[in-house]
Amino acid sequence: MSRAVEESNRAMLRARDAMDRAYAEPLDIPALARIAHVSQAHFIRTFRATFGETPHRYLQRRRVERAMSLLVETNRDVTDICYAVGFGSLGTFSRTFRQIVGESPSDFRRQRLAPANVPSCFTKAWTRPSSFG
Amino acid sequence: MGMTMNAISRSQIYVLDQDAALDFYVNKLGMEVNTDQDLGFMRWLTVNLPGDPEREILLEKPGPPALDPATAEQVRELLTKGALGGYLFMTTDDARKTHEDLVAKGVEITDEPTERPYGIDFGIRDPFGNRIRIGQMFPGA
Repeated sequence: MSRAVEESNRAMLRARDAMDRAYAEPLDIPALARIAHVSQAHFIRTFRATFGETPHRYLQRRRVERAMSLLVETNRDVTDICYAVGFGSLGTFSRTFRQIVGESPSDFRRQRLAPANVPSCFTKAWTRPSSFG
Repeated sequence: MGMTMNAISRSQIYVLDQDAALDFYVNKLGMEVNTDQDLGFMRWLTVNLPGDPEREILLEKPGPPALDPATAEQVRELLTKGALGGYLFMTTDDARKTHEDLVAKGVEITDEPTERPYGIDFGIRDPFGNRIRIGQMFPGA
């Protein structure tokens, strides 16, 4: 039994890594399910059981984390950043950003300083807004 | 009080299978076996980068008696979902070339080579879930 869990976990991690790599592209559940060698319905269910959130929610947090980084580290305008991280409309981006971060993208930009020079992978993981309260 | 420690000589990560770990770290990443010895109670398996035998990485298999079976199972489950925390940072003289070599060997890339303020780096994952980051650091970074 435990070996099956390990194989499933590793397959889900492989799919999550693929989402991390292609975060700006549309969520492609069929492709992710193929990476994980499971059906689409099984993929969404198992991803949630493994990581505590749906693939869609994970991708939203990933994109918002990237947006947070670009807001702080660049001078690109909010609309530009919205599309760069994969959102299809400014309305969805602003709503999702506010819902996850608790403030609007421009308010967030005003209040933050660029982080110290640590490996970007840690910044990514630790600045990813939480959906766990 | 003066600090008398002078090096990080050995670090440890958990792996699910030491033969598979050996294949990955030696045949794919190009590391060398430093020590591979059956101590009876465990297989002591360490690797190092070529030319750097003073810094070893212990590839340890979680299990009894060091860990009870249920705890070992938890470790294996966390490892495979990428949540255990095993992380190696390595440097290279040429990140893009190293990346190309590893792609050709079928290594899982988690993060493509990207230029950062400190250098060019990319991320990979070992077969078990541990993360590895390989960076070509800019001078003074």
